[in-house]
Amino acid sequence: MITVDLASSEVRALNQCLHDLRPDTNERAFTVTNPLGKHAIAAGLDAPVEVTIQGHVGYYCAGMNKHATVVIEGHCGWGVGENIMSGTVRVKGNASQAAGASGHGGLVVIEGDAGPRCGISMKGVDIVVGGSVGHLSAFLAQAGRLVVCGDAGESLGDSVYEAKLYVRGRVESLGAGCVEQPMTPEDVAAVADLLARAGIKADAKAFRRYGTDRSLYNFHVDHADAY
Amino acid sequence: MCGIVGLFLKNPALAGDLGRHLTTMLVGMTDRGPDSAGIAVYTRPDGVLKLTLFHPDTGYPWREVGGQLGQALGVEDDVEIKANHAVLALKGADEKAARAWLARHHPEVRVMGWGRAMEVYKDMGRPADVASKFHVGAMGGTHGIGHTRMATESAVTTEHSHPFTAAADTCLVHNGSLSNHNRLREWLKRHGMEFETDNDTEVAARYFAHRIREGATLKEAMEAGLKDLDGFYTFAMGTADGFAVLRDPIACKPAVLAETDDWVAMASEFRSLANLPGIAKASIWEPAPAVVYTWSLGGNA
Repeated sequence: MITVDLASSEVRALNQCLHDLRPDTNERAFTVTNPLGKHAIAAGLDAPVEVTIQGHVGYYCAGMNKHATVVIEGHCGWGVGENIMSGTVRVKGNASQAAGASGHGGLVVIEGDAGPRCGISMKGVDIVVGGSVGHLSAFLAQAGRLVVCGDAGESLGDSVYEAKLYVRGRVESLGAGCVEQPMTPEDVAAVADLLARAGIKADAKAFRRYGTDRSLYNFHVDHADAY
Repeated sequence: MCGIVGLFLKNPALAGDLGRHLTTMLVGMTDRGPDSAGIAVYTRPDGVLKLTLFHPDTGYPWREVGGQLGQALGVEDDVEIKANHAVLALKGADEKAARAWLARHHPEVRVMGWGRAMEVYKDMGRPADVASKFHVGAMGGTHGIGHTRMATESAVTTEHSHPFTAAADTCLVHNGSLSNHNRLREWLKRHGMEFETDNDTEVAARYFAHRIREGATLKEAMEAGLKDLDGFYTFAMGTADGFAVLRDPIACKPAVLAETDDWVAMASEFRSLANLPGIAKASIWEPAPAVVYTWSLGGNA
């Protein structure tokens, strides 16, 4: 276990130390203390290590994450886990805007509420939110799954592509091209699996599914070469 | 980009530390606003009218001017000089008469703020330098708001710095930019508002003052702003007995709120809250867009 105190060391030094880790490193566990809302903590990790941040972080924490598990024991600012490729990013408190933005893979768990634009332009990441999400969540979401145990704000899934959105509570309004869809047994199983992986207790059968009606699709897959 | 902060003490025992915490919060927003900084500090009103005045010349004869004004109004005067600002305290004076006298006899003096609870200090420079110049760290009080400015919309001068004041004991700080401020300024002028700068935030400050003068409560005035102000904003507004926070409906600009039994704080980013006492156990959340949050000495509203 290595502990880095950000009251006395720079974020840049911490991140460099984490970037220098080899995939077969024996140093698997890191603790970061006094994050003090600083930006880009533990961004760009590329090794199967576990980083626990004891406190509240600023913008872009654990952005571009690959392989690592990053746990934030507090609140986080804009863009937590943005562009995550794999691994897990877990926020024990609330998250600000654009959590998991444009993530390609992996799992982002927000145990509290997430702000507006959660999962904006997500491209394959799975996001599980224990509380509610703000407006324009899953805007332009291309792939992946967003599970919201609470409510969703205005314009959920505006211009959504093939991402699947599951909400247990109230949806303030759906965005353009986003409709409610039947919840199949496969959907229930998928939500149950995601909730289990997120460690959040909720009845998967209580969720409703939302996704694209493809009315905004102005392309045809047969013409893919032309695009 | 700009940074804004606000601190409201629920526990009166912390009153002596207000300025110290406000300074730390202000300095925490240096990256968001290195051009200029300002604060408004509120104390419990004791019936004395306070005018916070500015003149660029640090050798300006404040005591002489204060004495003349006291004599003209027939009231006791007290002058406290802080760098290029001075707080002129006038016991039992009428605020309109005091401001009118200053405008007539000393038009070179700018009134930064007035009222019975509020003092306003603002100037160009980095937040740490501005705070130390005015000895903000030593100030006590019930609540305060602050601003660090990265100018995008109008010039970097002391006058263009925030907070902006448009009514007694009321001031506004703003992160964002308004797109309809020119038209709104003309509209407010037609309703009798006078302007001191071409700054968009001054328009918002005067807009809220106008609504309140028409009879709206602070909350109603800010809700009216949701319809009439076009653009990006996170506002923090200070009043004699509290402060209010409002974000535009699409939440373009950041804001974070934190609350403990002892205080409520808001800032553009958590960095400014990181060193507040008891922050580890505070509840921390992002204020919802288009919702007016208010706290007042009489209790939460």
